[in-house]
Amino acid sequence: MVKGREGERVRLYVRGTILGYKRSKANQYPNTSLIQIEGVNTKEEVAWYAGKRLAYIYKAKVKKDGSHYRCIWGKVSRSHGNSGVVRAKFTSNLPPKSMGDRVRVFMYPSNI
Amino acid sequence: MAPRKTPVVSRNPQLIRGVGKYSRSKMYHKRGLWAIKAKNGGVFPKHDPKPKAASTAEKVSKFYPADDIKVPLPNKRKAKPTKLRASITPGTVLIILAGRFKGKRVVFLKQLTSGLLLVTGPFKVNGVPLRRVNQAYVVGTSTKVDISGVNVDKFDDKYFAKAAEKKNKKGEGEFFEADKEEKNELPQDKKDDQKTVDAALIKSIEAVPDLKSYLAARFSLKAGMKPHELVF
Repeated sequence: MVKGREGERVRLYVRGTILGYKRSKANQYPNTSLIQIEGVNTKEEVAWYAGKRLAYIYKAKVKKDGSHYRCIWGKVSRSHGNSGVVRAKFTSNLPPKSMGDRVRVFMYPSNI
Repeated sequence: MAPRKTPVVSRNPQLIRGVGKYSRSKMYHKRGLWAIKAKNGGVFPKHDPKPKAASTAEKVSKFYPADDIKVPLPNKRKAKPTKLRASITPGTVLIILAGRFKGKRVVFLKQLTSGLLLVTGPFKVNGVPLRRVNQAYVVGTSTKVDISGVNVDKFDDKYFAKAAEKKNKKGEGEFFEADKEEKNELPQDKKDDQKTVDAALIKSIEAVPDLKSYLAARFSLKAGMKPHELVF
């Protein structure tokens, strides 16, 4: 491999925040989470992100597969409301401690 | 009987297992039995049976399945390679979004029959070898490189198949020695293929100002960059 730039940090994901679960006033539905994607403020802009993969990355004390980092994968499913918030489903429901945490919104599967 | 030279093809497609599309009279017409009869003067031609070779008495098997076995419907589905996006044409610069080479800008050569895209760095420019990449993990840019000088006919999916591993007999002593042989060296002909493809490419890349350093640089999202507003 050409040794030019090894370990160069490239960010190929958009930052997002986990707002919480899909919910009404008094009930919540943890199978779907709400995500606020940075820079997306209207529901028309969300169309680009539909179907894109998401990763919630967290740390744990016990090493699994040689790493302290673990990941829950998910997908952007649809927009939520008028202001760019997005609904997402993950392979397993996000834990409640993830609320307010960072999520990575990748640019794939790409359609450009 | 002598083996048939042409396979038996039914002219009666099945609507559902056991139900043909055409009726008996229609099939008579389709098979052309009327024409065979007309050629033979109104009667179906009869051949005298060939003398049977004396066959050894066949033992009829005692076993036969209790219920009728259903014949599965024939599956004539042929998989097509994925539709190539309009933005991706031979010579386009692509940005790889995931994997070992994420962020690298790479030249697209052709689409293989499996649907994957054949791509090269070129290797000297950014370290990406001849590689297959899935269309979903790639962004097509509007930058095009002239690849008329490159011959990519010899590359297909079989070229990239893993070499069949030799079966090592499991033995205590050999277990430790086997690790030393694990190092997979790229065969020299693959390295030569890379060089020939890249030689023609690098010439057309150097003809365009700044293109070489563009390909050597990696793509990254920076603060304030919104992918849904970017024009690639």
